[in-house]
Formats: sequence, C-alpha cells, structure tokens
Amino acid sequence: MSDFFTMASLVFVVGSGIRLATPFLLAALGETIGQRSGVLNLGVEGVMLLGAFGAYYTILETKTPVLGVLVGIGVGLIMGVVYGLVTVSLRAEQGISGIGIFLFGLGMSDLLFQKQVGTPLPIRGFDDWHIPLLSEIPKVGEMFFQHSVLVYLAFVLVPVVAFLINRTTFGLNIRAVGENPAAADSLGVSVARVRYGTIILANLLAGLAGAVLAIELGIFQQNLTSGQGFIAVALVYFGAWRPTGVMAGALLFGLVSATVLQWKTLGIVSGAASSITAMAPAVLTIVALVIITRTVGQPSALTKPFDRGS
Amino acid sequence: MTTPTPLLRLDGITKRFPGVLANDSVDFDVQAGEIHALLGENGAGKSTLMKILYGLYNQDEGQVFLAGEPADITRPSDAIQAGLAMIHQHFMLVPTLSVAENVALGLADSGFLVDTSSVADRISELSTQYGLAVDPESNVWQLAVGERQRVEIIKALYRDCRLLILDEPTAVLTPQEVEELFVILRKMADDSRGLIFISHKLDEVLALADRITVLRDGRVVGETKPEATSKEELARMMVGRPVQLTPDKKPSQHGRVRLAIEGLQVEGDRGRRAVNNFSIDVRGGEIVGIAGVSGNGQRELAEALAGLRPVTGGRILLDDTEVTGSTPREVRGAGLAYVPEERMRDGVVGEFTVAENLVLVDHNAEPYCRRGVLRMRNIAERAVTLVERFNVKTPTIDTTTRSLSGGNIQKLILARELSAEPSVLVASQPTRGVDIGAAEYIHRRLVEERDRGTAILVISEDLDEILTLADQVAVMFEGRLMAVRDRTAVRVEEIGLLMAGSGA
Repeated sequence: MSDFFTMASLVFVVGSGIRLATPFLLAALGETIGQRSGVLNLGVEGVMLLGAFGAYYTILETKTPVLGVLVGIGVGLIMGVVYGLVTVSLRAEQGISGIGIFLFGLGMSDLLFQKQVGTPLPIRGFDDWHIPLLSEIPKVGEMFFQHSVLVYLAFVLVPVVAFLINRTTFGLNIRAVGENPAAADSLGVSVARVRYGTIILANLLAGLAGAVLAIELGIFQQNLTSGQGFIAVALVYFGAWRPTGVMAGALLFGLVSATVLQWKTLGIVSGAASSITAMAPAVLTIVALVIITRTVGQPSALTKPFDRGS
Repeated sequence: MTTPTPLLRLDGITKRFPGVLANDSVDFDVQAGEIHALLGENGAGKSTLMKILYGLYNQDEGQVFLAGEPADITRPSDAIQAGLAMIHQHFMLVPTLSVAENVALGLADSGFLVDTSSVADRISELSTQYGLAVDPESNVWQLAVGERQRVEIIKALYRDCRLLILDEPTAVLTPQEVEELFVILRKMADDSRGLIFISHKLDEVLALADRITVLRDGRVVGETKPEATSKEELARMMVGRPVQLTPDKKPSQHGRVRLAIEGLQVEGDRGRRAVNNFSIDVRGGEIVGIAGVSGNGQRELAEALAGLRPVTGGRILLDDTEVTGSTPREVRGAGLAYVPEERMRDGVVGEFTVAENLVLVDHNAEPYCRRGVLRMRNIAERAVTLVERFNVKTPTIDTTTRSLSGGNIQKLILARELSAEPSVLVASQPTRGVDIGAAEYIHRRLVEERDRGTAILVISEDLDEILTLADQVAVMFEGRLMAVRDRTAVRVEEIGLLMAGSGA
C-alpha cells in the first residue's frame, strides 16, 4: 500500500485519471444538452461503440487519426438523426428507444469488427501535445499538460457547452423546451427542431467519445466501452444537469478508475479482489446517485414527447 | 355610415372532432380598440375557436381575415407574425427561467446570443407605461399568480400584438387583481388594439366588454352589448333555458360542531409547510366556505381531512372522535365524505363504468360483495337508483365514466359521496369546469344536504361560489386562516385583501 502514496504514483494516477475521464466527459456533455431539452438518450453506449469502431477502422486503414475522429463524429450524427426520427417525429418512448439503440450499437459494432478486422491490431493515435511552458512545471505539467489534443478538447468543451446552454438563443430554446414545451410552442419555437438539434449534438459527442476511447486505447474489441456510456448518463444526474457538475463527476470516476488500475499494477490488489475493485466506479455511481438525489435541477419535460394536440 | 374594416373577422369557421362538431360555421369579428367578450359554457367551442385563430388547430371550413385580408394561420408562429398574442388559462411560462428570458423566448429578431439586458430595459419601460409591476430579473417560479399573469401580458405587449386573446384570465385572481387587470386591458384597447375576452363569469363580462358574443354547442347564439342585456339573459343564452343563478336558501339552522380542526399543520409536496396552525369549526347544518387564491394550502388541507396526506401537527375531530392520522377508510367510516378537486385523478377511475365508480367506496361490503365476489345485480340496482336521483346524464350505467361531461362526472361523485349519508362533507372546487346547468344543480344539492343537518366545508377558488353557498366565509392565505366572517357581514373588498395576504 505504501507504494501507492508516492509522488510518482500520485502523478500517474492524476494524469491517467484525466485521460480516462475524457470519454465520460464528452458523452456526458452531449447527454446534458439532450436532457436539458427534455430528451433522455440511453443509447449513448451503443453510439459510443459505433463511433469507436468507426474511428478504429478508419485509422487502421488510413493511418490518419484526424480522419478517425471525423468518422466517429459522423457516425454519431447519423445515429442522432435516427434517434430524432424515432423519438421526436414518431414520439416513441425514449427509454425503450435508447435501449434499442444500445443493443443495435453493441451488435453492429461487433459484427463489423468480426467481418472487417477479426484479429485486433493496434492503431496509433495522436502524439501527446506538451503545452509549451506549462508542461515543464514539475509534476503539475506531467499531470495536466502532457495529454493528447482530444483531452484538451473535451475540457475546453465544458465552458463552451455551459455558454451554449446559458447565453445563446439556442440555449434558451433548449431550456424552455425541456421545462415547458407548450410554452415554447406557443411562442413559435419549434419543439421538434430544437430537440432534433440537441439530439444530433448529443449523439455527435457520443460518437466522438467512442472515437476518443478507441484512439486512446489504440485498440477495438467487442463491448469496448463496457458500460461507460451508461455511466455517462448517470453523470448527468450526478452533475445536476450542469456542465461543470458533469465535469466534476467525470473527473471523479476517471480518478477512481486510475486508482484501481494503479493498485492492480502495484499488486496491492490481485486476482478476484481486483475484479471486485474494478466494480468501484459502478458502485460509486450508485452510491453517489442515492446520496445526491438532486431532482431540483431535472428538466420537467424530461422523457416526455411533445404533442400539440394534447 | 360605414363600419371600419375589422381587425379580425372569422367567417364561417367549422371544426369537427371525431363525433363532435366543435365549431359550426362561426362568424366573429373584433374592431380595433374594442374588447369583445366570447361567452359560453365549457365545451361550447370557445377554446377551439381561439386555438384555430392562434394556429394550434386548423379549421375544416371557413376563413380568417386580418385587417380585411385573408390569412392562413397554420402554426403559432404564423399567428405571432400576424400580430396575435394569446394568454392561456394555464400560463405558458417556463418557471425555471427569469422574466426577461421568458419574454425573450422565441423573439424573431434575436441573434445568436440572448441579450437579456436590453430585453429587461424594454420590460421596465412597458411596466411603467402600463402599470405592470414586475422585476425582469426574478425567476418565474418565485412569482405569485398575479405577477405571472403580468408577465404574460408583457410578453404580448413586447411583441406589440395588435390582437390579444385572453382565455379565462381572471380564474386565478383576487377581486382587486381583477380590477387592476381590467384597467390594463382597457388601456390596451385604447391603444387601438383588439381584445378577445373569453369567460364564463357573467359579472366580469358585463363590466368589461364592449360587445358580447355567446356560443352554445359550437354555434353563435347571439350578439349583444352590456347595456342592452342582463346576467339572467346572458345565462339563458348560454344554457338555452332559464337558469336560477343562486339557489333558494333559508338561513342556516346550525347545530353542534361536527367537524373541528385544531391547529392543523400539513406539509406540501416539496416538504414546505402548506397548512399552518389552521383551526376552524364546522357545525351541522351550515356551509363554511374557504376562499383563497390557488396554491395557498387548500388542496393540502382537503387531502389531510380526507386522510390522504399525513398531518404533522394539530388535531381533526369528527363528531368529537379524533381522526387525526387515520386512513381514508377510517375517516369515511367516521362519517366524512369527500369530493376531491381533481375529479378525474382522485374522484373516479376514468376507465371504469358509471356503476363501478358509484360502488367504489362500498365495493367490499354487503350487499355489493359477498366473500370477495362482487354482486353485480345489487351494484347495478344501486347505480340505477343513484343515477336517477342525482340526475346523472349517462346513456347507460355501463358507460365508461371518462366519456361523460365534467358536470355529470361531478354529479356522479356527489351521488356516491352523499349516498353514505355523511355527517361531514368536504367539497373541493365542487363546480370547477362544470357547466352552469350542472353547477346550479350541484349548488342546490349542497344546500339541501346542509338542511339535512350535514356539516359542509366547501373549498373554492371561485369567490362567487363561496359567496353563493357559504354561511360562514373563511379566507386562507399561505396555509393560515386569515379570518372568518358571517356571510351577512361579508365585504367583498375585505375578502379580496385577505386573499392577497393583507388586512388581517
């Protein structure tokens, strides 16, 4: 245990915690936008898997990480249009539709992987970008400023999403549609258009989250995400529908995952115990959600399809 | 003399819903500077007509003309663009947003960013101009009902609407707030806007309108002016037969206290204290009316009395027996009957038949049930008797309750509750959303029940109803009892002030 409480170990845990938090953060930011407009998307996990495979396969074939990222985003966009069609235009029940998207993504990504790739070959992603000056600060630089450009992107998106929701006209429409769609409709705001917008943004970020996961790990396999998309949905509740809260949650889970990883590496836990410890993030999710039942911030129209006639 | 081109003209509007002709070639017009009241019972087609005008529904036949030009309004955004605004009965506000954000929502000229500060400045200007006191920075959920309505009016003024539709705008206001509203509405009309005022309150229509059109069963049955008509005539036009607006009522022959509420404390849904140290006595043979603006603890009080909501302090006594904290069944057993305010949610099971709803309270006792098996013949016999005795208009006793009108569902509930011959009746909003004919009947039944010696507590947001029925008028504000006045000593102005929380 004493090995864990060394400076080197701490630096490693914080640094990799931030890296591990990135896919959570991206997916949860997207989900936040969607939920603020009243749309719950449980399909995040499936979209992440498809985005991950899309990015992985593209990079495997072209050796161009940027192209992989774009494909991941593109896959998210397509899934967004599909989900919008099902839940907004056809007014299907959101919870069930989301589970459908998840199962589709899980099966489809594996099928494509088996057909197109078969044996997992590693891919090479972005080189870490050492931010000039900042990255040279001892320890701090190593923890915070020696990451892939995708990590910086995710954290830059936190204030961007907050700004979008709180300051822009589109954000005002999002909040209104999530709380009282009839009021927005009576003022000429198209509920369907706003929700299509947020759903596409949410799925786009989920696709990107999957791409980031595959690129950071440098590999694809069946069920690569192993529940991260669902945890991202939980993080939105944990973060009380606010981007900064969501970031805090994502960092917490990133750090817990990194700690578990480090314990395994150092042999502090092993065998069955390590499997049990690996559940820590999931257990923590549930515990945190039970303790922090902040239903105050929940959009009133969440999961409710809008129908003018009723 | 030529009349100027009306601001709005509806020509032969017809709208059909499955099985219902909601509007039957309705003609209607509004001049600039005019307040035109649209009067009618629930289901007469007022709301349908206005929803067509506002683009929420589309008509099957007929044409809308704006300033003489044919206008196709298929969506709310078309209506807004054409200078129409509508204040809905249930406010169309987003509680979590600020006043300025609510006003800014959907503005056509807003760019990428929301400029709340310039919106707030304009709101302040309009506030001073029209006497609409409201703080643009406050969040809507913090505002009182009257303030929320001012926000709705500001929304309309901000968009410089030419034609404003108000759907039952006074339903939630105190008498003073109604007066203030009327001053503002008159001011808006004087700016050569046109106003459509939808209501079923005859006094208000007579006081405010320049012209009155009455709808019944989807058709225009008459157009008149306030100076050329009377309450009785308007009521007759609405219902189609003479109506007795106030029931014959002898002075109350009250006896001993049958319902005693002592220092009652009840929590609301969000854990806030909704009923605070509330005490009142209701004697047999009298009707006590509780007046108050919606959301001041009336619902929680009624639910606590019926055993549906936990009591956190104080006592409830029925005929000297303490029933505090009893289950609904125990409370009923002690002699309490309850007419809930949400009749479809709490009063009946919509999918059940009339007979099933009529037996709901007694369905587990002889003679309607033996060893756990329902005895259908006895249930049906009772249903037939009650339907007849309480004048419930239903095709058969096996009709699904949901398909009845609000008034008939309310009569059904009353039939079930009064058939138990209760010693105390608690009735919440007994005639809300009920047509005049049924309301007249329900009021008469309540007075008869009083004369039988029952102690009756009527809770209503409709002050006219309280003044019609009650022998004692109580006012509730923020969970507290503000005052109790004998009906004969009531001054409406005082009651209005008490409803707003002042003057105690």
